[in-house]
Amino acid sequence: MTAMQKLLQLPVNAVNMVKTVQSQVQGQEEDKSPVLTPDSGQQAWYSALQPDELRHLRSGGTGGGGGGDQEERAPLEEGGGGGGGGFQTQPLRHDDLKEMLDSNKDSLKLEAMKRIVAMIARGKNASDLFPAVVKNVACKNIEVKKLVYVYLVRYAEEQQDLALLSISTFQRGLKDPNQLIRASALRVLSSIRVTIIVPIMMLAIKEAASDMSPYVRKTAAHAIPKLYSLDPEQKDQLIEVIEKLLADKTTLVAGSVVMAFEEVCPERIDLIHKNYRKLCNLLIDVEEWGQVVIINMLTRYARTQFLNPNINESLLEEGGSGDKTFYGSDEDEDEDEEEKEKKAEAAAMAKRKPYVMDPDHRLLLRNTKPLLQSRNAAVVMAVAQLYFHLAPKAEVGVIAKALVRLLRSHSEVQYVVLQNVATMSIKRRGMFEPYLKSFYIRSTDPTQIKVLKLEVLTNLANETNISTILREFQTYIKSMDKDFVAATIQAIGRCATNISEVRDTCLNGLVQLLSNRDELVVAESVVVIKKLLQMQPEKHSDIIKHMAKLTDNIQVPMARASILWLIGEYCEHVPKIAPDVLRKMAKSFTNEEDIVKLQIINLAAKLYLTNSKQTKLLTQYVLNLAKYDQNYDIRDRARFIRQLIVPTEKSGALSKYAKKLFLALKPAPVLESPFKDRDHFQLGSLSHLLNAKAGGYQELPDWPEAAPDPSVRNVEVFTLLERVTTLTSVPEWTKCSSREKRKEKKVEKPFYTDSEGESGPTESADSESDSASGSESSSGSEESGSGSESEESKEASESEEEEEEEEEEQKKKKKKDLKKPVQESESEQSSEEEERKHQRKSKPRKSESESESDEDEESESESSQSESEDSESEAEVKKKKKTAESKPPPKPLKKESKKEKKEMSLLDLDDFEPAPSPQVTPVNTFLSNSLVTDLEGLSLSDSVLSPATIAPSSALKSYELLHRITGEGLSVEYCFSRQPFSPDANMVAVQMQFTNSASSDTKNLHIEDVKLQSGMRVKEFPEIELLPAGETATAVMGIDFCDSTQAANFQLCTHTRKFFVSIQPPVGELMRPVFLTENEFKKEQGQLMGMNEITEKLTLDVKCRNEHAIVQRVTTAANLSRVPCGSDKECSPPVPPPDYPVHRFAGRTVTSGSLVLVTVATKEEGAAQLTVNCEKMVIGTMLVKDILQALTQ
Amino acid sequence: MIHSLFVINHLGDIFLEKHWKSVISRSVCDYFFEAREKAVDPENVPPVLQTPHHYLISIYRGKLFFLSVIQTEVPPLFVIEFLHRVADTFQDYFGECSESVISDNVVIVYELLEEMLDNGFPLATESNVLKEMIRPPNILRSVVNTLTGTTVSAEIQGVIEACVKLSGMPDLTMSFMNPRLLDDVSFHPCVRFRRWESERVLSFIPPDGNFTLMTYHISSQNLVAIPVYVKQSISFFEAGSCGRLDITIGPKQTMGKTVEDLKVTVHMPKAVLNANLTASQGNYTYDFTTKLLVWDIGKLNPQKLPNLRGSLSMQTGVPNPEENPSLNIDLKIQQLAISGLKVSRLDMYGETYKPFKGVKYVTKAGKFQVRT
Repeated sequence: MTAMQKLLQLPVNAVNMVKTVQSQVQGQEEDKSPVLTPDSGQQAWYSALQPDELRHLRSGGTGGGGGGDQEERAPLEEGGGGGGGGFQTQPLRHDDLKEMLDSNKDSLKLEAMKRIVAMIARGKNASDLFPAVVKNVACKNIEVKKLVYVYLVRYAEEQQDLALLSISTFQRGLKDPNQLIRASALRVLSSIRVTIIVPIMMLAIKEAASDMSPYVRKTAAHAIPKLYSLDPEQKDQLIEVIEKLLADKTTLVAGSVVMAFEEVCPERIDLIHKNYRKLCNLLIDVEEWGQVVIINMLTRYARTQFLNPNINESLLEEGGSGDKTFYGSDEDEDEDEEEKEKKAEAAAMAKRKPYVMDPDHRLLLRNTKPLLQSRNAAVVMAVAQLYFHLAPKAEVGVIAKALVRLLRSHSEVQYVVLQNVATMSIKRRGMFEPYLKSFYIRSTDPTQIKVLKLEVLTNLANETNISTILREFQTYIKSMDKDFVAATIQAIGRCATNISEVRDTCLNGLVQLLSNRDELVVAESVVVIKKLLQMQPEKHSDIIKHMAKLTDNIQVPMARASILWLIGEYCEHVPKIAPDVLRKMAKSFTNEEDIVKLQIINLAAKLYLTNSKQTKLLTQYVLNLAKYDQNYDIRDRARFIRQLIVPTEKSGALSKYAKKLFLALKPAPVLESPFKDRDHFQLGSLSHLLNAKAGGYQELPDWPEAAPDPSVRNVEVFTLLERVTTLTSVPEWTKCSSREKRKEKKVEKPFYTDSEGESGPTESADSESDSASGSESSSGSEESGSGSESEESKEASESEEEEEEEEEEQKKKKKKDLKKPVQESESEQSSEEEERKHQRKSKPRKSESESESDEDEESESESSQSESEDSESEAEVKKKKKTAESKPPPKPLKKESKKEKKEMSLLDLDDFEPAPSPQVTPVNTFLSNSLVTDLEGLSLSDSVLSPATIAPSSALKSYELLHRITGEGLSVEYCFSRQPFSPDANMVAVQMQFTNSASSDTKNLHIEDVKLQSGMRVKEFPEIELLPAGETATAVMGIDFCDSTQAANFQLCTHTRKFFVSIQPPVGELMRPVFLTENEFKKEQGQLMGMNEITEKLTLDVKCRNEHAIVQRVTTAANLSRVPCGSDKECSPPVPPPDYPVHRFAGRTVTSGSLVLVTVATKEEGAAQLTVNCEKMVIGTMLVKDILQALTQ
Repeated sequence: MIHSLFVINHLGDIFLEKHWKSVISRSVCDYFFEAREKAVDPENVPPVLQTPHHYLISIYRGKLFFLSVIQTEVPPLFVIEFLHRVADTFQDYFGECSESVISDNVVIVYELLEEMLDNGFPLATESNVLKEMIRPPNILRSVVNTLTGTTVSAEIQGVIEACVKLSGMPDLTMSFMNPRLLDDVSFHPCVRFRRWESERVLSFIPPDGNFTLMTYHISSQNLVAIPVYVKQSISFFEAGSCGRLDITIGPKQTMGKTVEDLKVTVHMPKAVLNANLTASQGNYTYDFTTKLLVWDIGKLNPQKLPNLRGSLSMQTGVPNPEENPSLNIDLKIQQLAISGLKVSRLDMYGETYKPFKGVKYVTKAGKFQVRT
């Protein structure tokens, strides 16, 4: 354009200004900007000026205000083609923005970006700014950067080449030390839909999947479906990443990775096996949206892996009575045949094997139930559908209340929930009956909600509540919303068909409606009455007569057609009226609607066949009229009927049967819910709502006939934990995994541990078999503690084998057989052992708990297992025994016990607990322990206790956890066993002793609902299946008190009761002994001066003035070890006279490992000085108090 | 999951769009507009619509439609719940959720949407997480009770809204005098469910700012004390095309508290052209296009009962409506929870400072409908 042309445009634009004042409001945003507002006319002027002057002018121009209008119009005109002005303004406007983006000031850049984002938000095109924006991707200002990212994600797809300029920035971002930056870089990089960078994305995702930050890993999970949609060929590689992330143990990642799984490879259900239990257990802590995805996925999973829990019930139903309560009485008649067959099959199966719920199935139900209380409607719905599809019938009821609660939410939520309730209420009516009133309709409800509520009310109607429901329906008929009234009449019809008791009442009510003022109401009633009459026409000829009269008034075609059909069908009941109706109809035939015409022809035909004398001429008249009708259907029908009913020479045999054809007995229509059988779609899904398969919908599989192998869900950690906590022999089939792996998995909840043993297909209540056997010898647990160590562990392992045999049955049988010879040879060796073995053959897990905490032993047995091979042939076992033999004895005490034994028992020893594992056992602990003993003057005799029991149990103070009376017969005591808690070195082992003094058995003792101060952790003891009356059992749990004396609160649950209990540790139990030499001690002490040192003067108790007593009292008060005294006694300040010894003790706090140093310097006449040095001042102070008390009393 | 979001005002203008995957043309909304036309009232638009290539799931909030575009199977409630969460977030941030406010804060809105979804899957929806970027408000804790009732059924539904501004990791325990009243409850995710199950106390570590701690329902078995009574007579005369209306409201069981913000709304039948009424207290308006009669009473004076009476002019030649309209009543009672639910104490653990605690009870009518 020449300058001249531009000049000429000015007046035109001026006109536009006036015209477009209205759009000013929308243009506000731009109006505010001083630089954004020129119109095309002004541009001509500006272009001749220098930039500086330009700005001046523009800001002046905005004052006028009109400028913005033109600008606003520009993009609108673009598409229309009327916009010469539009094309002109754009470059300029964007020049402004470009200029701002190119400036050095972040504020200007930010302003420009904000404006650009506002454009995007309104759906305006800002793509030509790409080069200017992409330059700022490396901008330091985080605000600008964020907006640039927004822009990039929106436009990168359109400008692929330019988008590549930004990639290096993101690649740098991926390496940033800040996790948030890494995450956001990955997020944007993966959101850029540019195919060229697929390999880069893949690499980035893979790297991020192993990032140490869970947030970055979450982002990686989000990125997976993005990449997949960009390039489906990456599927295999992506599945690998998914598999890896599925194993992640953080709640943050769980939801996102399952979402990715669902989008990329929902068919790979096998990837879930190993993660199933973890997902179940994490579920409650996952964020809401992730919960929905996980629950939906697990529903599908469960349908492929478990058996139908209702299989037995459906058998009962077959017997008769049960049927009606769950199914609408006449809704499933047609299915009956098939169903019976199925049931028969199922029956055959069930006879073979009674249904017992897989514990994993139970786990899922149990862990999802609390989520019914979620505030998020989608979560509640997800749980509800899970229960509907997976739970035993008796348990499904729990979801009703939660669903009814959702009905008080937003109307959209109501809409979806009601759809699902409608489907559920067909199958499980009883569930919603108590909430009948919640489905009453309010006049303010939107129509679609009203109709759905009506549907539910109809489904819920039965003999007992029908009168209430009908009364309610009566009010609805008066509503102003006619669609709703029509739906109500339909509903009444359905109630009448379903419940024979009220059929007449309903019919009468509907007949009354026939005199309603509203034609629509009448019409709808006619249609419904027609359907009802078909059930028992002979009874209701007066109604038919009444309806015949209506033909004079009612105009709604459908209603007229229905009446005519009725009269034709039942003309024998109204022989006088029928021909008269036909006469009237023949008269008005040409003016009728098509459906009415068709019915007139039908009526004529039927009357001709039954009463040809009176109606022959009328019929011919009607057929003639129809012959020339405009509608070909009607012409055809007339021709067809004429041939059928009027016998001629040509018409063959057919006319003989005309009467049979026309007046055959027609089955009454089944008025059924549109929601019937909709539950083959997974409830809560979009597909269910639409009653059509939506894209990407995953079918809900049918229950398998036989359960797939449940052991696929076993995870290695199980067996590991099992070993760790219960010191049982390791099942031979698992190899010990690497040390690191084990450490990670320690955190896992102990559910695994106890379910391991019973993961066979039979569980639940029937698991008594193994727990009962446990009770026999549970009392033996105490003495076993004093038995020789090797024996203990060996026996334990044997008994475990016994259990395995019971539980794992065939699977293990083979291997067990291999083992037997060994056992036998053992028993030959030692008759004493033989005896004990018998006695304890079925020794249960809990009875071993005494020794559970013995880390030394455990770790040994573990490591032996890790070394052991899968195959356990005797030869091999022997070989191994030999190698173990040749190993240096692990520790002096072991030696002692071994000496005692014969050679063969030595072999046993290393079969089950050979070489000590150096990783687990803090050697120091052990050494110091033995030293303590040494110093205490307990000489090492042949009959010495195992090192673990050195802290003499008599010295351990027991505390009461649950009194016999409050516990209703169950009393629990606990003590701090002072043994390292092997599953987690940072935990304090708490040994609990359960005594059941009640007259009945206590079952399923376990811990729930642990309440802890932040940072604290608890490792629960494995559930005690059965504690028979009068028996005692022990278990060990670990608590990480976080170096504080805060109580750990939790519930102790039995199968019937829950008790609130808390464990508060004395400060002395928060540490473990360490071994230091005197010099080391002094050195450390030197570094813990000042605030970290607390000194108290005291007078020792009279009984406590000898060395032994002091040491004993101090070590009783606190779990410390004594520092051996060197020859010199001039050590700690103040230097004591040589006669008065100084006692030093050392330990570390369990959680943080801070050193605790205690010095007791004795002086004359029982005077002494106590010094505690500890980094943790609180601990130090408390410890001083405790030791003071111990020494002075 | 969620592909795109369009925010549409009551005039049918799309004033905000956001895409989380590739861009979908706004013409997809035409299907929605079609349904909107058909539905007459905006509330009647089906929340889920199917188009040849997409599914549209929408919510109606504050005269705005939030319309999301879906391409594959997703639980509809998931989307609906999320859209409401978006609207809640706007309300939380800007005090209201309206077109003007969204347009004024379009950049923040856009950033929020960007944070809330990643690739269509919710990322951060918790207000306190989002507020790491923007402002939080004051300190007060309130118990709000809403009462819903008709002459046919009555129930109480309540919420406990919390406003927490405590530093550190306070572990709060809230207990009630009469927790047995509660029939059904749902919780914010921070509440420890097990503890509630066994002890009936709410134990939680709260997020910062305003949030709904719990909603509850009081079973209909417990008698609901309806705080007001209504005497009304609405009649339409066959001859003369007019009708009469007479409504009086009086207090019933208000436990000595004043009933405030009393408002009566009547959806008149189509035939009612105009209303010529006198109100002894408050103002009334009649909108003849929407047929909505609103009588704003304000405080209920027990000495002089508010009354609204007068004549209704009707369209001639149209048969009289056979059903009388039902009355919707809104009210509010301060310092009273009609359910009788009382907070007994609130304890804080885990932090050493002393927090300010306060509780405010309010009763509000929910869907109080009088059938006439």
